Amino acid sequence: MHTVQENDPSNLLQRLIGLQQAFRHIPSDAIDHLAESLGLSRAFILGVIQFYSFLHSSPRGEYDILFSDNITDQMQGSRLLAQRLASKLGVDIGRTRDDQRVTLDYTSCTGMGDQGPAALVNGHPITRLTMERVDQLAALIEQAVPLDNWPAELFQVSAGVERRDIVLNSDYKPGTAILRCLEEGAEELLRRLEQAGLRGCGGAGFSTAKKWRFCASTESAERYVVCNADEGEPGTFKDRYLLQAHADRLFEGMTLCAAVIGARRGFLYLRGEYRYLLGPLQQILQQRRENGLLGQAILGRDGFDFDIDIHLGAGAYICGEESALIESLEGKRGIPRNRPPFPVTRGYLGMPTVVNNVETLANAALIAQQGVEWFRSVGTAQSPGSKLLSISGDCERPGIYEFPFGTPISEILAACQAHHTQAVQIGGAAGRLIPPAEFNRTLAFEDLATGGSFMVFNQSRELLNAIDNFTRFFRHESCGFCTPCRVGTAMLTKQLGKVMVGHATSKDLDELGTLGSLMRQTSHCGLGQTAANPILDGLEKFPDIFQSRLRSTSFEPAFDLDASLEEARAITGRSDPGAHLEGGGV
Amino acid sequence: MSGSFSIDGVTVPFETGQSIMDAALAAKIYIPHLCHNPEFQPHGSCRLCCVTANGRTVAACTTLATDGLEVANETHEITTRRRLLLKLLFVEGNHVCPACEKSGACQLQAVAYHCGMLAPEFVHFYPKRAVDASHPETIIDFNRCILCELCVRASRDHDGKSVFNISGRGIDAHLTIDSPSGRLGDSRFSASDKAARVCPVGAILPKHRGYEIPIGRRLYDQESISQVGDVASHREQEDG
Amino acid sequence: MADKIRIATASLAGCFGCHMSLLDIDERLIDLVAHIEFDRTPLTDIKQIGRCDVGLIEGGVCNAENVEVLKAFRRHCNLLVAVGACAINGGIPAMRNQYSLTECLEEAYLHGSGIDQPQIPSDPELPLLLDQVHPIHDVVWIDYFLPGCPPSADTIFTFLDELLSGKPIRFAYRQIHYD
Repeated sequence: MHTVQENDPSNLLQRLIGLQQAFRHIPSDAIDHLAESLGLSRAFILGVIQFYSFLHSSPRGEYDILFSDNITDQMQGSRLLAQRLASKLGVDIGRTRDDQRVTLDYTSCTGMGDQGPAALVNGHPITRLTMERVDQLAALIEQAVPLDNWPAELFQVSAGVERRDIVLNSDYKPGTAILRCLEEGAEELLRRLEQAGLRGCGGAGFSTAKKWRFCASTESAERYVVCNADEGEPGTFKDRYLLQAHADRLFEGMTLCAAVIGARRGFLYLRGEYRYLLGPLQQILQQRRENGLLGQAILGRDGFDFDIDIHLGAGAYICGEESALIESLEGKRGIPRNRPPFPVTRGYLGMPTVVNNVETLANAALIAQQGVEWFRSVGTAQSPGSKLLSISGDCERPGIYEFPFGTPISEILAACQAHHTQAVQIGGAAGRLIPPAEFNRTLAFEDLATGGSFMVFNQSRELLNAIDNFTRFFRHESCGFCTPCRVGTAMLTKQLGKVMVGHATSKDLDELGTLGSLMRQTSHCGLGQTAANPILDGLEKFPDIFQSRLRSTSFEPAFDLDASLEEARAITGRSDPGAHLEGGGV
Repeated sequence: MSGSFSIDGVTVPFETGQSIMDAALAAKIYIPHLCHNPEFQPHGSCRLCCVTANGRTVAACTTLATDGLEVANETHEITTRRRLLLKLLFVEGNHVCPACEKSGACQLQAVAYHCGMLAPEFVHFYPKRAVDASHPETIIDFNRCILCELCVRASRDHDGKSVFNISGRGIDAHLTIDSPSGRLGDSRFSASDKAARVCPVGAILPKHRGYEIPIGRRLYDQESISQVGDVASHREQEDG
Repeated sequence: MADKIRIATASLAGCFGCHMSLLDIDERLIDLVAHIEFDRTPLTDIKQIGRCDVGLIEGGVCNAENVEVLKAFRRHCNLLVAVGACAINGGIPAMRNQYSLTECLEEAYLHGSGIDQPQIPSDPELPLLLDQVHPIHDVVWIDYFLPGCPPSADTIFTFLDELLSGKPIRFAYRQIHYD
């Protein structure tokens, strides 16, 4: 069986993550050593380091603290908490303290939206941050208490399931689905998945059976199955729950896929933010090996050899895009590939590869066990079954909800006890902004498709803050490969900033619209194509939140005229009227 | 196998496996592009070659031609989009044409002329970028780099040296050089490398040669790129 | 001659090259003058701008005075045109944006070679410099852009001629260049 050798270049990212953990950065001599042993250039390795947010060329503090900066964290007061910690510790946000004790910074959504505000300390999540907790952290850090000795309750991640339906109400026994597949054959399993109408739960909704069939039918010596657990979409955390509570199902789903496509090796690509799940997941894998559900001759079937490795991500949202994920699995920068060829024909190491979301694979295992009728007992004709939602924001009961497809938004809002709702962002930053007039729309591939993020904003919220947060998120997460996304996300941030500070006119809104539709039409991948969604949806459905911030002038300068003289005033010491510029636009 | 498709109503033959771009080039139909060079594997990053194929927007350089495909290339809408993309490229870097030795034979300029761009209009980024003059024969001005990765591809796939790389992410993505100091002079780069001759803009330039052809008499000064083609192909003819 | 088009021109952070190019229209100027009259421009030495049909701006915005002049032009001109590379993207003067203003002034007045009495000038008579050089469209709305360093006399003539005739403005390939 092919396993990754230590000196395989595809192992680069994993080696770098190991070095980062051991040395708090990637030391320069380690780069030279890696370059030599992996046969890669130094510049290539530096390029990989600089691509991933969690890899650094200069040392981080002994305590590396990253505050989750999603809008839902912010709505729960995360910014104030971060500032409080910063002032307690005497360190600026974004900096490492001079004594190297601590680094403080913000990071993209850490997937704890139901129990925020959240932060990561050396990769370990701390949830439900409060002033008291922040003070507690400050004390622990000042006293240099090793992380292992921190109170365990700080690291508790709860698994709050608020609504269960067919999937979460089902019992599941490891191995049943595999056994049935071995008895009935791969074709029968595919037929069952097809009849059940299982579609990709990452949001795209591609037929799972079709994907597996394509992969199986591509001539190749090796095939791979990959589970996409890079749950990076802001506001989603349902995969975190599945990985925490139902990993067995998903590993079974991967094994079923392996049986169908003839893969001998699979990967779970686990986002860096979920590194705390690595140990428990590896234990489950080990258990499955011991139970004959992984490894050589699974369940005694000669020739059915399959095992799963867990690869970590390192803070790059784009790696949730399946071809970028494959690049990352190969140890490279996560740049989305040109498609076609799609991964099912040319994926990992150029071999046919199935990439499925956590929920999809877990559902596949359940369908194999429970049957078609069970799955189709809920949902709609085009979207059978149910969907896990991660509900966060302004509601009394945030958490994991399982709803049948076809459920109207209004019903979901009622279930999570959201009141005076101004808008819902469905599908994360890349998703859609839904106004109350559309709350009768339904959760379904044929209406509102979603990977599972469901963020609620009540009427007290400045919706523009959310739009600004998402726009900045995309600027930070753009891979930089294609022109419209690389420059467009930066330009949108700049232009929206002008609106935020009240210096914009209607001409600036026109420009936002123009840029947004250019990005939607011409970007290389889904990130760039959806990065302007928050702005475009906002302009279309909530025009007032933009209009109310506009100047009545027809044009306003791109920069603060008087402020741009500040440096000159400081140099010359002038403060006469001539040393100032009045007003803005003409 | 082969077949035919249409670009703006003109029938274009293609061989199986040929991209829309390659088939267009062979038929002498110009589709604006910056990161494409038929000598290297298609990249699809500049997005200038985005056309609509049966109504869907795709990059011509990375999309295979198929029988009966209806491609729109030089429509008002597509040209407007191209102008926007060009404007983004112009404001992203520091493109001071009057101070650039490549001016007049620069593909970024030439495509912008072709698409009728009068000015970049957006807010300029004015990034602070360096010039690397450490190599005895070649100078790199990062201000002008448009991240087409042609030098990356040429050095890796043709020269076998992998001198160039991309580092950073998003708007911070930038060209890097593989050497202990990160400077070109300390790298394995040679002025005779293919990578020295593929830059479509003035980012990688030979030293000791200035204004040999006066402004006004350069490649794109008299005729459109749609007539005379890519600057890299001309340089190959001159050199070879 | 009430029907004459009234034109004003100014050079901000520029080199007057674009104005030279305007004069380079040569004998065709005679035809033009039958249809246009100049308001504030270095050519007439009129200091205050009056109501104008067209304003031609050369140069980018590098100091407080540039901002004031540009705003006055915008207020008084129906049509404001960015003429030349500096007005369009800051041009050569904007190359100082690679450095901070402090670095620039210190190099020019304190640490540069051949400096006699090192001192950064400061006088209320002198306009203060902006921390960066900007294209003029960063400060006011611009209706039209004529690229070139400078735009050729032919380009400027074509622009004015077609503007006067009310035709849509179209340039031949060779009339548009950025250098």
